[in-house]
Amino acid sequence: MSTAVTKSPAQANGVTGPAILGRLRPRRNPWRHPWFLEGFTWLYLIWSLVPVALAVLFSFNNGRSQSVWQGFSWRWYFSDPVNSVLHNPDLHAAVVQTVRLSLYVTLITVPLGVAFALGIHRWRGPLASSFSFVMILSFVIPELIFGVAMFFVFTKLFTGVGLGSLAEVLALVTWNVSWPALIVQARLVTIGRQYEEAATDLGATPWQVTYRVMMPLLTPAIFASAVLVFSGVVDDFVLVDLLSSNSSNTPMSVYIYSQQRGGNGGPALNALGTIMLVMSFLVAIIGYIGYRWLTRGERGNRLGALTTIAGGEG
Amino acid sequence: MTPPAGRPAGRSALGTQHRLFWAALAAPGIIWLTLLFIVPFYAILAIAGGQLDIFGNPVAVWNPLHWSSANFSAAWRDVAGASAFVGPIILRTLVYVALASLISLLIAYPAAYFVARFAGRRKALFLILLIAPFWISYMMRMLAWIDLLQTDGYVNKALSFLHLISQPVDWLGGLHVTVVLGLVYGYIPYLILVLYAGLDRIDPALIEAGRDLGLDRVRTFIRVTLPLSRQAILTGMLITVLPMLGDYFTNQLLSGTTGTVMFGNVIDDQLTSSGGVLEGQGAVFSLLFLLLLTAPMIYYVVATNRSSRRAT
Repeated sequence: MSTAVTKSPAQANGVTGPAILGRLRPRRNPWRHPWFLEGFTWLYLIWSLVPVALAVLFSFNNGRSQSVWQGFSWRWYFSDPVNSVLHNPDLHAAVVQTVRLSLYVTLITVPLGVAFALGIHRWRGPLASSFSFVMILSFVIPELIFGVAMFFVFTKLFTGVGLGSLAEVLALVTWNVSWPALIVQARLVTIGRQYEEAATDLGATPWQVTYRVMMPLLTPAIFASAVLVFSGVVDDFVLVDLLSSNSSNTPMSVYIYSQQRGGNGGPALNALGTIMLVMSFLVAIIGYIGYRWLTRGERGNRLGALTTIAGGEG
Repeated sequence: MTPPAGRPAGRSALGTQHRLFWAALAAPGIIWLTLLFIVPFYAILAIAGGQLDIFGNPVAVWNPLHWSSANFSAAWRDVAGASAFVGPIILRTLVYVALASLISLLIAYPAAYFVARFAGRRKALFLILLIAPFWISYMMRMLAWIDLLQTDGYVNKALSFLHLISQPVDWLGGLHVTVVLGLVYGYIPYLILVLYAGLDRIDPALIEAGRDLGLDRVRTFIRVTLPLSRQAILTGMLITVLPMLGDYFTNQLLSGTTGTVMFGNVIDDQLTSSGGVLEGQGAVFSLLFLLLLTAPMIYYVVATNRSSRRAT
């Protein structure tokens, strides 16, 4: 800690007021680097990331222990004939189900949300504004409550759906549809109306305006929301936990939970978690690179791209 | 969103001529949200207001005129009756969530503040590291701590190496501190991201002005930065508190004993573990829970609407 007495410009100029209070004790250099804050931030980062790094490391452990390193192996991924992710049917099914859900839900959610946002944004009226409200409500409502509502609707009302993959897809689409809608709306606000009005003045129909003018302008936002929806589905737990019915429609997160609660599920779970992590990171990296490529030539920087891909704009 | 005041609806040629086109674009989303968002909440009401058949299973009653209070009084007996078990659980949930969100804020704010204001050229690095947990599944992050907190895990090893404990602590045996710290660990990435976005938006000129007018670093922070980040703090707290209140898996993973049960577990158990017998009460509890959370949610919606309208 530095105790150097450096006068602030204000004191040097003899400014009164708060400066009088300041004069009672020596001042530190107000522009020094905040080492304490930086140290604190690093401690936070270590605390938040090292445990996961260790969990990934122990998924490659050649033994059952999660605290004693017994050498590197691919045993829990595919070498072990019984307990590896490749050979255990339940583990295998969990990976497949997660990938399937993420793809289906992204493919349905993004067009639905983008069309919804475009329509709501231009079609002014009480119905449009109340559904804009409903959409934001679906964004902030606690997932457990929404999951309970979905559980009831699929077991008591739309009984044809029942529990299982279809229920999971329908619920996840509803839960995630506000991502593309919110991001596209935010982007529409930044774009403004001038492009649209110019196109209309030149004789374009609304369909041509949407398809030829708005779509290219919205591509980065649509892309970012697809990335967010995909990773959101990979990570989702509550909805799929309430709506899955057997091991064929249990995704990775629920499988980890059901094996781990109240006990130790073994290193194959670490392998499963690592696969989830790699999937999410791949999507994140593709998302970041893709978003940068799509927004090339625009003002803004890589920091903006980073926060957008993490949902900072929603 | 409602048309901004002062601009008559349909002023623009696009709005009036082609309303049908925009309505058609919005229609699939509207139908979807009606069937799968509005109707499901009516279903909760119908189950909560419904009756029990002769086997004790809940029967949904779709006509509001025939709703009964049977489920409500059964739920109320659980909260306040002679054999009440839910009251203490609600209290515990509130204490857990209050502690966890306070600790989260105390950790997240300095870190977000540092990255937003002082990271300089290393900002991208710090930002990637801050965002990384956002991309790691919640279950994987809990799994990581379960590994570390085993009786022969690294936490006990480190603590006994430092002579802070004489024998291994059973961290996963139902300790409150484990669950609260688990909640902090689980939800802090969301909070930190919101705080970072809010702090990053503050114009550095305002902070420099505070300095130039003679405030030292601490007072500049208290009188300039903190008031300007109030909205970010509120949004961040809401974004962490709401899911924490509905959490039922963190405590199951990190302790699994009845001493750490939270309100989310009550709802989850009545739905899934009771074989359908208590579904009606589960619906009632969900409703009560929703009512409790409505105020902060509406606040959030209004605040977001206001800020997005300001942006227009």
